Amino acid sequence: MLEVKDLHVSYGGIRALRGVNIEVPDGKIVTLIGANGAGKSTMLRTISGLVKAEKGSIVYNGKEILGMPINKILELGIAMVPEGRRVFTNLSVLENLKIGAYLRKDKAEIQKDIEWVYELFPRLQERSWQMAGTLSGGEQQMLAVGRALMSRPKLMMMDEPSLGLAPLVVKGIFEIIREINRQGVTVLLIEQNANMALKTADLAYVLETGEITLQGTGAELLTNEAVKRAYLGE
Amino acid sequence: MDKTILPYIISGISVGGQYALIAIGYTMVYGILRLINFAHGDVFMVSGLLMVYLAAALPLTVAIPLVIILTVLLGFTIERVAYRPLRTAPRMSVMISAIGVSYLLQNLALYITGGLNKNYPQIPWISDRVTVLGMETSRVTIITPFLTIILVVLLVLLINHTKIGMAMRAVSLNFETSQLMGIRINSVISATFIIGTFLAAVGSMLFFTNYPGVVPTSGAMPGLKAFVAAVFGGIGSIPGAVIGAFIIGICESLIKGLDTILIVNGTITEQIGLATFSDAFTFVLLIIILVFKPTGLFGEKTTDKV
Repeated sequence: MLEVKDLHVSYGGIRALRGVNIEVPDGKIVTLIGANGAGKSTMLRTISGLVKAEKGSIVYNGKEILGMPINKILELGIAMVPEGRRVFTNLSVLENLKIGAYLRKDKAEIQKDIEWVYELFPRLQERSWQMAGTLSGGEQQMLAVGRALMSRPKLMMMDEPSLGLAPLVVKGIFEIIREINRQGVTVLLIEQNANMALKTADLAYVLETGEITLQGTGAELLTNEAVKRAYLGE
Repeated sequence: MDKTILPYIISGISVGGQYALIAIGYTMVYGILRLINFAHGDVFMVSGLLMVYLAAALPLTVAIPLVIILTVLLGFTIERVAYRPLRTAPRMSVMISAIGVSYLLQNLALYITGGLNKNYPQIPWISDRVTVLGMETSRVTIITPFLTIILVVLLVLLINHTKIGMAMRAVSLNFETSQLMGIRINSVISATFIIGTFLAAVGSMLFFTNYPGVVPTSGAMPGLKAFVAAVFGGIGSIPGAVIGAFIIGICESLIKGLDTILIVNGTITEQIGLATFSDAFTFVLLIIILVFKPTGLFGEKTTDKV
């Protein structure tokens, strides 16, 4: 269980988060929706340790992780699929997966997990020797997800996985998110594609200019009038 | 004809190998930090001075490894003290810091040596004269290109087939994503400086053996040449830097001998001082590359998608 309490983050003179509280229970898919600049990415970047907070706390399974170095947070089981995929274009597909397991030493298990990722994304196996830069956008997103899975995360955070992808590909990505979740990985997802995100999520939060304004189950927010007006375009 | 040109080509290949060992340090640091490490040539000079002082006090079997270790330590410390605190600063600040380190090293050397030429010790065996293909030269001239190639091959293997090499390639592409993989970028950057200065230390031993001595500005010219070699090959590319260094070394050496070659050839009848232009050639080359192919022979294609 991840609990974020009263989180305040500023950077570049902007108060990006102003006392945010969210909970991500184990085994669930939780989504954070909101407009551009609402602070969604800041949220994930703070949890992963990339961004320092001003005040507040982030407790993961009873441990305060705020202020921990990035690699320690990853070791606790929190991995991130960054916005814009950010695969290592100068590394092969296989190397991208291997680097996802950078902190792990168990070679045999790493090999098994590579097979597992190839099962989830057969396309990656076909292209394992290709440079990641030659993959299509959708394939790169698969690779970014596969790479994050290689650290054997208990909680996977995804920053806008649907960004810039064709609708059919987006559908595939969301199916994979559900599949990964079925296999026991908790998912914290941020999305501008609110419709897809809410349909997939067990729990949802709406973030507006650094504050949580609404929360509920995915189904509840899908029918919420304010959400419909602001994010679903109805 | 051949007998006239051959010695220049052989000595050019040797000088090229020495430039290559320095150029790798420039190109690797640029690849990861996008920083032109202006202090690199001076580290090379300090390595030469260390050898002068240590060889005077210790047997060479101790002095040689000690010089390499101390040079590596110097490179590591420079990164720690002068570049790491500026990690999030604009790139220009780091570059200015590098220039500062360069002058600091030169002035320290000036203070310690009093600006006098320090005779470089004779390293037995590699300083010996040998006859190859009917020409007499020192053994180091023959060894340098082979040693360079061996070190480069080892380096390329390290970068392409080890975990730290993979991490280096990842960090060179993107700091933040590398951190998300659990890579500690500071360790990777330190490793890069260690490798770069190690090669420069080896290069300095090969280089100074062929020269009478070391002065505080001894690092400037070879450093600049190696830098041009790195740019010529495409900065960030290791094979590029090596090929660039060999080309520059050979061309320079041929220009140095151009008078003699032309006289033997019958084109001119007396020395006309073309050798003077050997340094100028390198820098003209730099300008030409920057104007016509700024990415060099094997430079990274900028594939940044927006």
